[in-house]
Amino acid sequence: MRSSEVNRTNEYTPFHPRWYRPRVSTYWWLWKWPYLKFVLREISSVFVAYFVVLTLEQIRCLSAGPESYAKFQEWMKNPFLLVLNGISLLFVLLHMLTWFNLAPRAMVVRLGGKRVPDLLIAGANYAAWLVVTACVAWIILR
Amino acid sequence: MAKKPIEPFFWGLFSAGGVVAAFLIPVQLFLFGLAIPLGWVKSPGYESLHVLLGHPLTRIYLFVLCSLSLFHWAHRFRYTLYDGLQIKHLNEVITVFCYGAALIGTAMAGYLLLGLN
Repeated sequence: MRSSEVNRTNEYTPFHPRWYRPRVSTYWWLWKWPYLKFVLREISSVFVAYFVVLTLEQIRCLSAGPESYAKFQEWMKNPFLLVLNGISLLFVLLHMLTWFNLAPRAMVVRLGGKRVPDLLIAGANYAAWLVVTACVAWIILR
Repeated sequence: MAKKPIEPFFWGLFSAGGVVAAFLIPVQLFLFGLAIPLGWVKSPGYESLHVLLGHPLTRIYLFVLCSLSLFHWAHRFRYTLYDGLQIKHLNEVITVFCYGAALIGTAMAGYLLLGLN
C-alpha cells in the first residue's frame, strides 16, 4: 500500500457521515387513523380561513348597500357553496372538539393542591361554548 | 424557518386564534352558511344586520375574529405543509406566503371594518 493512500483513509473528514434514513412516503399519514385524524385536524385551518374570506365578503356587501347584500344572499344559495359550507362546518366542529379536548393539557388548574380533572376542564369549555353560541345566535337573529 | 425569538409570538397568535375560532366560527358558519340560505331560520335581513355592523363593538369583534383566525390558519397550514408534504426546501416561501396572507387579510378586515364607510 502506498503511504499516500493510507493517509487519505485516516484523514479527518469534514462531513458528517450520512444517517440511515428510510424514505417516507409523502402520503404517510393516509394509512393509520391517528395520523389521518392529525392531518384532518390540521386541514381544518383551511376551512377557518375560508370562513374569514366568506365573512369579509359578507361585510363588504353589507357596507355596499341593500342590492349588493341581496346579491350576496342569492349567491349563498348556490348548491356548490352550500355543500362547501356543510363540509366546512364539519371541519370547524372537528377543530372545536380537538381544541377543547386538548385544553386540559394546555391549562393545568389546581384547586386546593389537587389537579382539577381533565373532564371538568373540557366540560367547562363545552359549557362556555354553548353559552357563547347561544349569545351569538341571539344577537344575529333577534 | 422563522428566526427563533419570533416563534413564540406566532404560536401565541395561533393559540388565541384557535380559541376564537373554536368558540365563534361554528355558530356563525352554521347560521350564515347553511341555516339562513336554506330557510331553516328567518333571515335577519339587510336593515338589522347593517345596524348591527354599524356598532363599534361588532366591528372590533369581527376584526379580532378575522385577524386571529387568519393567523391561526397561517401557523397551522405552514406546519401542515412542513410535516405532511415533505417540502422543507420551500420553507421560506411557505412561511412568507402564510403569514403574508394573514397580514393582507388583517389589513383588508381593518379597511372594511375600521374605515369610515
